[in-house]
Amino acid sequence: MAVNEFLKHLKYILTENPVTLVSGSLFVLLIVLAILGPSIVPYDPYASSAATLQPPSWQHWFGTDQLGRDVFSRVIVATRLDITIAIVAVLLSFVIGSIAGSAAGYYGGWIDRVVGRLTDTIMAFPLFVLAMGIVAAMGNTVENIVYATALINLPFYARVARAEVNVRREAGFVQAARLAGNSDVRLLATQIYPNVLPPMMVQISLNMGWAILNAAGLSFIGLGVRPPTPEWGIMVAEGATYIVSGEWWLALFPGAALMLAVFCFNLLGDGLRDLIDPRQRT
Amino acid sequence: MNDAPKTVPILSVQGLSVDFRTRAGTVHAVKDLSFDLFRGEMIGVVGESGSGKSVTAFNIMGILDPAGRVAKGSIVFEGLDLTTADEGALSEIRGREASMIFQNPRVALNPIRQVGTQIEDVLRRHTNTLTKDLKKKAIEALDAVRIRHPEQRYYAYPYELSGGMCQRVMIALALACNPSLLIADEPTTGLDVTTQKTIMDLVRDLARERNLATILITHDLGLASQYCQRLVVMRSGEAVEAGTTEEIFLNPKHPYTIKLIKATPRIDSRLEDLSDDVVERPAAQPLPVRPEGAPPLLEVRNLVKEYGIGSSTSWFGRLLGRKVEEKKPFRAVDDVSFIVGHGESVGLVGESGCGKSTTSNTVTRLLDPTSGEILFEGQDLAKIPCKGFAGVPERRLIQMVFQDPTESLNPRFTAWRCIADPLMRLDGMRNKAELDARIRELAGMVGLPEHLLTRFPHQLSGGQKARVGIARAISVSPKLLILDEPTSALDVSVQAIVLNLLADLQARLGMSYIFVSHDLNVVRLLCDRVIVMNAGRIIETGTADEILTNPRDPYTRSLIEAVPHLDVLAANDKTFAEEPKCIA
Amino acid sequence: MRGRARLAMIAGRLLQAIPSIAGVIIVTFVLTRALPGDPAAYFAGPTADEQSIAEVRKALGLDRSLPEQFVLYLGDLAQGDLGRSVSTGQPVGAELLRRLPASLELTLLALFLSLGVALPLGILAATRPNSWIDHLCRVVVTAGVSLPVFFTGLFLVYVFYFLLGIAPSPLGRIDVFFLEPPDITGFFTIDSLLAGDLETFWASLTQLILPAITLGIFTLAPLARMTRGAMLAVLSSDFIRTARASGLSRPTVLFAYGLRNAMLPILTTLGMVFSFMLGSNVLVEKVFAWPGIGSFAIEALIVSDYAAVQGFVLAMALLYVALNLIIDILYTVVDPRIGLEA
Repeated sequence: MAVNEFLKHLKYILTENPVTLVSGSLFVLLIVLAILGPSIVPYDPYASSAATLQPPSWQHWFGTDQLGRDVFSRVIVATRLDITIAIVAVLLSFVIGSIAGSAAGYYGGWIDRVVGRLTDTIMAFPLFVLAMGIVAAMGNTVENIVYATALINLPFYARVARAEVNVRREAGFVQAARLAGNSDVRLLATQIYPNVLPPMMVQISLNMGWAILNAAGLSFIGLGVRPPTPEWGIMVAEGATYIVSGEWWLALFPGAALMLAVFCFNLLGDGLRDLIDPRQRT
Repeated sequence: MNDAPKTVPILSVQGLSVDFRTRAGTVHAVKDLSFDLFRGEMIGVVGESGSGKSVTAFNIMGILDPAGRVAKGSIVFEGLDLTTADEGALSEIRGREASMIFQNPRVALNPIRQVGTQIEDVLRRHTNTLTKDLKKKAIEALDAVRIRHPEQRYYAYPYELSGGMCQRVMIALALACNPSLLIADEPTTGLDVTTQKTIMDLVRDLARERNLATILITHDLGLASQYCQRLVVMRSGEAVEAGTTEEIFLNPKHPYTIKLIKATPRIDSRLEDLSDDVVERPAAQPLPVRPEGAPPLLEVRNLVKEYGIGSSTSWFGRLLGRKVEEKKPFRAVDDVSFIVGHGESVGLVGESGCGKSTTSNTVTRLLDPTSGEILFEGQDLAKIPCKGFAGVPERRLIQMVFQDPTESLNPRFTAWRCIADPLMRLDGMRNKAELDARIRELAGMVGLPEHLLTRFPHQLSGGQKARVGIARAISVSPKLLILDEPTSALDVSVQAIVLNLLADLQARLGMSYIFVSHDLNVVRLLCDRVIVMNAGRIIETGTADEILTNPRDPYTRSLIEAVPHLDVLAANDKTFAEEPKCIA
Repeated sequence: MRGRARLAMIAGRLLQAIPSIAGVIIVTFVLTRALPGDPAAYFAGPTADEQSIAEVRKALGLDRSLPEQFVLYLGDLAQGDLGRSVSTGQPVGAELLRRLPASLELTLLALFLSLGVALPLGILAATRPNSWIDHLCRVVVTAGVSLPVFFTGLFLVYVFYFLLGIAPSPLGRIDVFFLEPPDITGFFTIDSLLAGDLETFWASLTQLILPAITLGIFTLAPLARMTRGAMLAVLSSDFIRTARASGLSRPTVLFAYGLRNAMLPILTTLGMVFSFMLGSNVLVEKVFAWPGIGSFAIEALIVSDYAAVQGFVLAMALLYVALNLIIDILYTVVDPRIGLEA
């Protein structure tokens, strides 16, 4: 029954707002490409050929690069890596940020001060610069890109969770739940946190886009992912050299893929909020 | 001079209809409303929430939300039809000829602008005052609303002033350019009762002095009856009845007006008088016989709650050489002792900040007292810290009905789930069928239709939400129920029903009540005994009738006088006093 | 009296920056020590034997305990010593200072461009909800945050340099045929104007404009979004209704009452915008081969010149703390409530 109602609501949200429908479909497409990408592409993304720097054609939809590799295949295959980095990083910061922020907002006191001081210290850096410093110090690997991205997103989740929990700490329904015999932890988990989730979801969605941009930016300047791995940021960086001589397709297609992914997550934010908020359910 | 304008109304609203475009379609917020207003007169537009009274006021001022528009009718003010006037002409009239004051004065003023400057803004816009005289004029305006030290207040920001003081500033702002029409939209909502009275008296006095035409928009029939010569009673956009205040109270014609008058508590009304819908109240269950000398249900002894112990200046403040002041701890509850017997209802009355809510929250064990004892059937509950109180068996015996029914229901839980929560946690009831049966029984007891149980709070009306809150509180059969202003967020007609429901439940279940409220008239209806609090202390205790008819403490007296009630009319009008029955 | 309280508040705010600076220094120190491998071996060079590595370690203080090293590090910082760059052989501090004006010139112009567009756009969108300008604002905002800044840069280069040929080649601050203007402020545009050299001014401005627009587009989005949101919220608040009911003129309502209150959340966003800007500055500098501190850091990254990278991170963080401080002080000037409720 609950599942049925949820699906009905999902349908309502999607039909109500076409933008959400578009971004939702785009999201599904991205996930499908991330899963199936390597097995459906027409060419081996690593295989070079003699046909270098070919403009887009029927054989090579997105043209070929300086080593004669098929840009289309590389763009599709790169989806998995870029999306995975972003999802893992955002999940990490979401989970840690939620727990730390909720505890800080609910209990206050020293927990609040410690969490506040830590987030303030992270926020005292320009975040991309901090990510650069972390990856440079910890070593140039994909895992470190994930950790760096997770760390610089952490303050946002912690702050949203803290603020949203804090305003509800003494709300009437929370007091009522206290009278109903709920312990602090149960109260936080079953009564307060579900109400904090909608703003967190919006944060997640906006953050996903930012995390993708961030990871691509790091690989654009040569951190983390290394060539010849297909990854959007690197591909744009490699293609950048050829822009001034007019070979635009090398940088344009991976750049456009990146933009589309970020765009999709940004639009999805509002849709998610509608989906999760029961006040929209009528 | 006062007689001549009587024939020509300063404001004439004729056949006004206002439509709102919403996602659900067009809503007719005001339907065919007509009334005239003369100089020197105060007219009351009375109605419950959603009656269209504020929309009417906004429309007269031309500051209606863009989604709303005048569908029909006219508003003629000093010969000009405001419904067809252009924005330029309207903005000339606003603030100069017609002014308005609002509810919640603290947010109705620009938070980051000095109040004097805000008055100057209006003066500069509408008068030819020279720049060098602006300040003097603004201070005069502040002085006119009886603000003391207006020269200093001129520099104040709204956050530095109390709510009542902000409302005075609002009035000064509204009257700075000597308008002829003043619209007061719920001007006392959000203010304490005693402040309410001084503000309303100020509005009345200034209106008399300046021969203003005044519209008072309010949900409070008592307030309107005290200050207005004529009334327009509105319901869902329509004026159901209009006439002089006396006519309406002596001889109300429309059933809605009759119901509204009935539901407004008066100094001598009984609970059953408030509503027609009350069926026979069940006979009170005889309380089990208790041995002589057994402890009362609740005895509070020397309860103290202090806040904010420590120094007020931070370390860097001290570094800067600020004086270190040791802040005295603030005593929210100061040595309070009282007894609540089995099956008894005790009222806890006072204005906001008097410590009544802190007291009740301490008794409910949501707060730990600084010192004192809370003896519940002889056992001291203050010894159990409130952090661990969720786990002790006494938890189920003390429950609470909260002030705001909307805020006290989890927006993500259905009504069913809200009521189920204490049953599952405190009674360990896990069997779905058993739970469902109990919840349906409770819904029946509080008069909540069973099909509403699957709804979320935002799909329920205020009264329905209040019923869910009550069902939740009584679900685990508590012995003591704390009612924290349970009706203050409700319309009077709903209030009447909820109060009756609470009386029924008490008779059936034999619970004891602590009724926390600012309104003595309402407390009196439900309570045998009343405790009056001020500044953290109990200043008077006695039976409700004793206190109302013969208050010993001057504060109690001012509290009683400040609460508006219909009976002031009786003092003004002999015939009314002789025939009180004609209302019922 | 109020003025003195305000000054004390600002002084207090300055003191509050101390924990931030301390945090920044500690994190940077930890990052330095978290380096993979042995820095001493790296500094000693590939041909060094055990003994010379030990000597270098001693010279760098790496043989001491971490707290001791931290004290040494603080001592160096106090003298403005950020270490020596391996790749250029110059002190890192001097290198950064030399390149800072280039980055600042770019960032400041980008900031003015985006503020100049975002504020009017956001205000217009908020005052006319659901009009074409509101839709335009929404599109600009969503597109702006979705565009990778390096991608925008390349796209602009392709269109304006390769296709249209109206922009100079994206290499550096000034065309190779021009001489750098005399160093006064370090900002080429201003220095050339001061020297009265309009040709050089034009040359440096045309070089500057594309990267500045690139950076500006990226920061436009959060600013316009916040301006619109803050104005909408403020315009629907009770005190605006009061101002309208008092018949105040539309400009007064919109600016003296509306915008001034909306400035508070906008200022808060500005802090975040600076964070984005300083970060994407690095990417833009790479795309346009802009000789600022971002390019310096990227070059250092490629050759694993850690002292230079850490110096860059620290410098950027201190710059950012300073910018936030300025924002906070502006905030206390706009909002009388700040600091008094505490």
